[in-house]
Amino acid sequence: MHVDEATVRRIARLARIKITDEEAKDLEGELSSILDWVEQLGEVDTENVEPMTRVVPISLKQRDDVVTDGQKAADVVANAPMSEDDFFVVPKVVE
Amino acid sequence: MTDLTKLTLSEARDGLANKDFSATELTKALLKAIEAGNEDLNCYVLPTPDHALAQAKASDKRIKKGDAGELEGLPLGIKDLFCTEGVRTTACSNILDDFKPRYESTVTANLWDAGAVMLGKLNNDEFAMGSSNETSAFGPVVNPWRREGSTDKLVPGGSSGGSSAAVAADLCLAATATDTGGSIRQPAALTGTVGMKPTYGRCSRWGTVAFASSLDQAGPITKTVRDAALMLKVMASHDPKDSTSVDADVPDYEATLKDGVKGLRVGVPKEYRIDGMSKEASALWEQGIAWLKDAGATIHDISLPHTKYALPAYYIIAPAEASSNLARYDGVRYGMRKPGKDLIDTYEETREAGFGAEVKRRVLIGTYVLSAGYYDAYYLKAQKVRTLIKGDFDTAWDKVDVVLTPTTPSPAFAFGEKSGDPLQMYLEDIFTVTVNMAGLPGISVPAGLSGQGTPLGLQLIGKPFDEATLLRAGQTIEDAAGRFSVPKRWWV
Repeated sequence: MHVDEATVRRIARLARIKITDEEAKDLEGELSSILDWVEQLGEVDTENVEPMTRVVPISLKQRDDVVTDGQKAADVVANAPMSEDDFFVVPKVVE
Repeated sequence: MTDLTKLTLSEARDGLANKDFSATELTKALLKAIEAGNEDLNCYVLPTPDHALAQAKASDKRIKKGDAGELEGLPLGIKDLFCTEGVRTTACSNILDDFKPRYESTVTANLWDAGAVMLGKLNNDEFAMGSSNETSAFGPVVNPWRREGSTDKLVPGGSSGGSSAAVAADLCLAATATDTGGSIRQPAALTGTVGMKPTYGRCSRWGTVAFASSLDQAGPITKTVRDAALMLKVMASHDPKDSTSVDADVPDYEATLKDGVKGLRVGVPKEYRIDGMSKEASALWEQGIAWLKDAGATIHDISLPHTKYALPAYYIIAPAEASSNLARYDGVRYGMRKPGKDLIDTYEETREAGFGAEVKRRVLIGTYVLSAGYYDAYYLKAQKVRTLIKGDFDTAWDKVDVVLTPTTPSPAFAFGEKSGDPLQMYLEDIFTVTVNMAGLPGISVPAGLSGQGTPLGLQLIGKPFDEATLLRAGQTIEDAAGRFSVPKRWWV
């Protein structure tokens, strides 16, 4: 599968990573060769095979429906690059 | 006085119990070794001497009172993927910057509850993505092993390269590590140490920086198989905070080490005889078969027909899960922020500046295979192949109790030798990745030296939650092969 430069840019946009022109060029080749290599999975007959959802056959446990956390706003924002009054501060989103 | 840093974990435990030395003396000896060696080896990204000495002092008090835990006073290195409360945790990525968790990972909390001492945080490939420790934002780790007659720097494997090198160089008694596609076993093989990846669900993933959640599993890197048994016993637990952690008894692994392998059925998969395996690795495999046979095991040829598809399927599933897990690094809640002209621009600038090349590559691959129109062709296909890989093992377990393979096709390689070509590097995990795909336990035990005097490992793969059998089979290999120590401490 060849990934062209426009696709690389579209994917980078979806992944929210800014890439330079030079990086886009390099990634075009790298991503194409990785995707070419994984194409070999096409040889495997997976007709009637269920996709794996878990390696260990356990059912998810349910816990009691009670508050187990909370009142930790100061801990939550402690590592934020910018915060104010226990809120995360980001650039203006709505005009 | 003996060199305390050379002790194994179990020897040190016995020495502390005998009052041959104190936890403080032991900790000081290791801190001194770190101070002398870390500049050359780069194992630790953050030594924590004050923290270590305070813990050691508390351990000495508990020992005096007769109140010692299972790992009381034993100094460990902690991979920088485990969140440690109040102690910087970075996953060796710039994007986490000066992140100081307000909580402790379950695995490390278990260790501290048992009385262990933290010497510091260990280097790893950025977000555990790599097989040589060359992708770390803190620079590469140097393998304490060198080729005979050479001073060229070799890689310690990855992603747990700081863990493997620190254990091999006696800069800790044992270390925590994590394994998504081989990140415990491959570095162990390349440094002459023991690396154990438990069954998926055996150790809690809570508080461990996530890479690929359906594959990630914590485990120890140690000097001996016995030490791996000690560490795993404490690291493993059922944790309500991780819904995939399994509520299963954790046996006393050490107690059954001496039981040997008489009557054990050992499988040898023909699909692992690949082109590109070194003659040495191949010869060592034969040697391992002979050792187990001599000890009373029976050897059986088996087939794991989908082996060759494990690595390509992994390079769809792991990046897909990584792209999702790493979406949290947005420059808003923790870590670094590079301000942009608006919010989206801030995300993009932050992630461009914060992630290294390999992490970006994998996030982009993951984003691509999950994007609209491609999900069925890539991700769903890979998950179906994964079912077949697990099915291969399920069939094998009718015939055998463990599977024996080499851990890696070849010994430690030089810096830069494989980092230019992602695919070449990915092939390092060719023998280890099937184990993660099937969620099984695996252990790498050092078994011999290459022609150039560098270590090689053998891998044992076991049934789900049968780590005890793996450890006693590993003990049999260790008994036959002997231990492998770095011939010269050139870094001192």
